[in-house]
Amino acid sequence: MPIDKIEELNEIHLDVLKEIGNIGSGNAATALSCMLNKPIMMDVAAVKILDFNDALETLGGPENPVVGILSKLHCEIEGMMIFIIGKDSVENIVSTLLDMDSVNYNNLTEIELSAISEVGNIMISSYVTAINTLSQLDILITVPAISIDMLGAILSVPVIEMGSVSEKIIFIQDNFISDEKNISANMLLVPTMESLNKIMVRLGIEL
Amino acid sequence: MRNSINVGISDMKIAKNDDILVTFALGSCIGICLLDSVVKIGALCHIMLPNYPVNSTAKNENVLKFADSSIPHTITLMERMGCKRHRIIAKIAGGAKMFDVSGDSTFGNIGSRNTEAVKDMLRKMQIPLRGEDTGLNYGRTVYFYLDNGSVEIKSYSKQTKIL
Repeated sequence: MPIDKIEELNEIHLDVLKEIGNIGSGNAATALSCMLNKPIMMDVAAVKILDFNDALETLGGPENPVVGILSKLHCEIEGMMIFIIGKDSVENIVSTLLDMDSVNYNNLTEIELSAISEVGNIMISSYVTAINTLSQLDILITVPAISIDMLGAILSVPVIEMGSVSEKIIFIQDNFISDEKNISANMLLVPTMESLNKIMVRLGIEL
Repeated sequence: MRNSINVGISDMKIAKNDDILVTFALGSCIGICLLDSVVKIGALCHIMLPNYPVNSTAKNENVLKFADSSIPHTITLMERMGCKRHRIIAKIAGGAKMFDVSGDSTFGNIGSRNTEAVKDMLRKMQIPLRGEDTGLNYGRTVYFYLDNGSVEIKSYSKQTKIL
């Protein structure tokens, strides 16, 4: 039985997504470490399926200011990925990356925005590479689009673009530590249902 | 003490007198404030998509999710509570385009499609639109004060607006 809705994902499906999450996070940590030229520690990625409202609460409420970086996925997998980081993590990433003492989140310069956008790009690419390695499906991604706004407004984008299908979101939560600074990153994986089924089949799950 | 009532996504609440209806962080969604100031009954709808799906395989779709089903549904409920159609006015906010994906101009156009669908439905129901703050590229939080019908719009990067 093909999966029609995110709600129908069972333990085995979740394990597949967790594996994608772990490999993706590993790739991302390696890439970040190269970029920052510093060792990076990471926790095991947590993969969750959340309701829109629970996702809002998990990430600090609808009005929490966050940076969202979005890429659309094309080719054999269709959908989108959104990388969401909160204020503290943004300041930690930018200050580490650009070697600055302090960063003002409320007044980010063009170069600081570009740095965050690049980190988002690396994170998204790391997960896409993980899916590609495991499934051998070709995936193309668009140049990342960035938005700094209230969490609720950003989180509603995948729900609306995929709106008619489901209001559940696949969430991968990562925690990186570099220089005793904490970077918590949240990746939203939003494949079309057809693409999600394709991934499962390629990974040997009988539907 | 004034009641402040939260309206979630794909949701709607009706309130009275000096209550305040609030909906947080509208992106491309739209908040529709409806008020009959004579009986002091108002409603705030938070819709996500323009049109209720025809021939949908999904049964029992939430009517409050779509512009063209949420507005008539809400007005019927308001009329049952004593509102008169010809006295109801509307103010709307939201319908932004949150991300600009390069090379894909149609992505994120749902905001403007939502705005169109809301205005169409208000015209069809002969509800006058007395104020709007729609489009552009930022999220909005709406506070709807039923006592004087004012709508306060807060956002992360822009000044507070009053409709």
